[in-house]
Amino acid sequence: MSSAVTTEASTDDKKWKMIDARIRRRGNSPDALIEVLHAVQEAFGYLEPDVLEYVGDALGVPPSRVYGVATFYSLFMLKPQGEHTVVVCTGTACYINHASALLSRINELLGIKTGETSSDGLVSLLNARCLGACSMAPAVVVDGNVQGRVTPEGMGTILEGLKA
Amino acid sequence: MTDLAERGQHPEDTTDGAVPIRACANVCEAAGCMSLDAERVLESLQARINERGLTGVAVKRVGCLRLCAGGPLVEIPEKGQLFENVDPTSPESIDRVVDALDGGDGGRQTAEDPFFSRQMRIVLANSGLVDPEDLDDYIAHGGYTALTQAVTTMRPYEVLEEVVHSGLRGRGGAGYPTGLKWRTVAKSVSPEGGKFVICNADEGDPGAFMDRSVLESVPQQVLEGMAIAGYAVGANKGYIYVRAEYPLAVKRLRLAIRQAERAGLLGTNIADTAFSFDVDIRIGAGAFVCGEETALIASVEGRRGTPRPRPPFPAQSGLWDRPTLINNVETLANISTIIRNGADWYRAIGTPKSAGTKVFALAGRVVNTGLIEVPMGVTLREIVYDIGGGIIGGAAFKAVQTGGPSGGCIPAADLDMSVDYESLAQAGSIMGSGGMIVMDETSCMVDVAKYFMDFCRDESCGKCIPCRVGTVELYMLLDKISRGEAELADLTTLERLADMVKSTSLCGLGQSAPNPIFSTLRYFKDEYLSHIEDRICPAGVCSMTSAVTA
Repeated sequence: MSSAVTTEASTDDKKWKMIDARIRRRGNSPDALIEVLHAVQEAFGYLEPDVLEYVGDALGVPPSRVYGVATFYSLFMLKPQGEHTVVVCTGTACYINHASALLSRINELLGIKTGETSSDGLVSLLNARCLGACSMAPAVVVDGNVQGRVTPEGMGTILEGLKA
Repeated sequence: MTDLAERGQHPEDTTDGAVPIRACANVCEAAGCMSLDAERVLESLQARINERGLTGVAVKRVGCLRLCAGGPLVEIPEKGQLFENVDPTSPESIDRVVDALDGGDGGRQTAEDPFFSRQMRIVLANSGLVDPEDLDDYIAHGGYTALTQAVTTMRPYEVLEEVVHSGLRGRGGAGYPTGLKWRTVAKSVSPEGGKFVICNADEGDPGAFMDRSVLESVPQQVLEGMAIAGYAVGANKGYIYVRAEYPLAVKRLRLAIRQAERAGLLGTNIADTAFSFDVDIRIGAGAFVCGEETALIASVEGRRGTPRPRPPFPAQSGLWDRPTLINNVETLANISTIIRNGADWYRAIGTPKSAGTKVFALAGRVVNTGLIEVPMGVTLREIVYDIGGGIIGGAAFKAVQTGGPSGGCIPAADLDMSVDYESLAQAGSIMGSGGMIVMDETSCMVDVAKYFMDFCRDESCGKCIPCRVGTVELYMLLDKISRGEAELADLTTLERLADMVKSTSLCGLGQSAPNPIFSTLRYFKDEYLSHIEDRICPAGVCSMTSAVTA
């Protein structure tokens, strides 16, 4: 285990135990790479270089392949995320129902585009290629909760709520 | 051995175990309604029933009730009453449902409502009736009888031939005959031993939520289909590859697997026979290309999801180079009914070349957005106007988009065409996995083509040049047109490049990426010309930079 990892606080130790258990359950198999990266991101919010190295060692996967996988899949984050995440769905039904107006509104209010985090570190803006919540288009996921039929005004209210 | 009949006797959630249930309020707990507080609806209904001291009525969690536009939904199936927009915080709203449980009127009458009466349900037969988190409830509705029947009374090749004769075709989009695929896997020899069944639940088309709903509503039915497939082709291990964007589906699948294993319906020696079949879940990480079967296999193996040339086809050499059967969620959800009712019964539904039903996710500018299942061969007009209730605000219909980024837009002139694999292909679109997005006059077709190309350039895995570079170039041309900066020569370049990308890309993603351009050019060329010659966007969607400066 690398030094950056071992010096973390005890809550991190607990997280590492869970991740190690996951790795063991899959028999340290290289096939488990995506599953383990999911577990790491769930625990720490993003994938740090040290962590990628540790996972690669544990699964016997070369660093190039770990990095390749981590950057290939859009759900894996290599940078720390804001305190809150706002995901705007840009699937077809949301597009037809003007999801772009929501993105413009967020850009107006926070000055961030998709993939960026506000300067105060409060909000990260992501987009989804379809949440399958098409009947409620346009849909937005705020900290894991799906909200449907969001208007640009409603978007403003949602962002205000995150500041509180 | 699991006695299905005995398990099926299990009483449903009831306010009073001694009194027979006369009416049950089924609360939709699929993702759409869940995000609208459906769990609290269920709690409020139960609390109100207790307060009023009613007996012989019940409340139950069920899967998708299909009319997503009206969520949260509650249905009393005994009386065909559907309640929309049920508000868990409003005593009046809750009492309307409880009154109906107690014999009162109210709600939408599903028997007379074309949204429901024009549908035909095979895949979704138990959606909205069965508790997706309760194996016994699934068994009480006929679940797992097909698997037990197959493994105890049929030879594997008999099961296989039944599927061949049913005429079932792959519901993931391409429409390859399912039985033939099964036959190839069954015939393939695995020198190192072992074959696999993979359920493709990487529903990536934007605007499509059929598979999500099926997994959230009847996860057991998909598992049963997988086990039957495993028996027919000689596989003992199955994987379900699900999108990470569908956490509820993953949760319910996990539960359904655990419950079936405990009941001896999955795992070793299913129904006390020599047949064993295990199922594991693999979760994606946000890559559209993983819906392509060779890319999906790479992802299950923990690698970057890039496709490889075929042959060899996965049916011969797939997961870890073993023969692998890959079927889509909806395809597998058809299997148990085909085994129970027989191939002849199934074949009689739909059209001669497209047997059975198809589930569509109806969305966009249509009144009744939601999940529908119709026999193959219905017309688009029936779907949009009878089932869909027409366009929101009575606006003019412009096009319906099927097949996602690989499909096309079908104009008003073709509304009376039959919905089947061949007709859709002739019209320049594809059946696709079942997303159906209705567009009205507020949509600009150049912008629609640009939207899908933006999707494809973003989701291109980058392995082959025609797709990686071609989609970007096509996007830039479309962008130029949409900004009113293009010349007529650009249109020619667009068409030539689109042809090149289609014929030289490695996998389905690139080969079909130009389809939205082809179909919009075929039916809406005038809109392209307005953007180019007049610098005008007829729908008023595109902002014309050159018009401003002119």
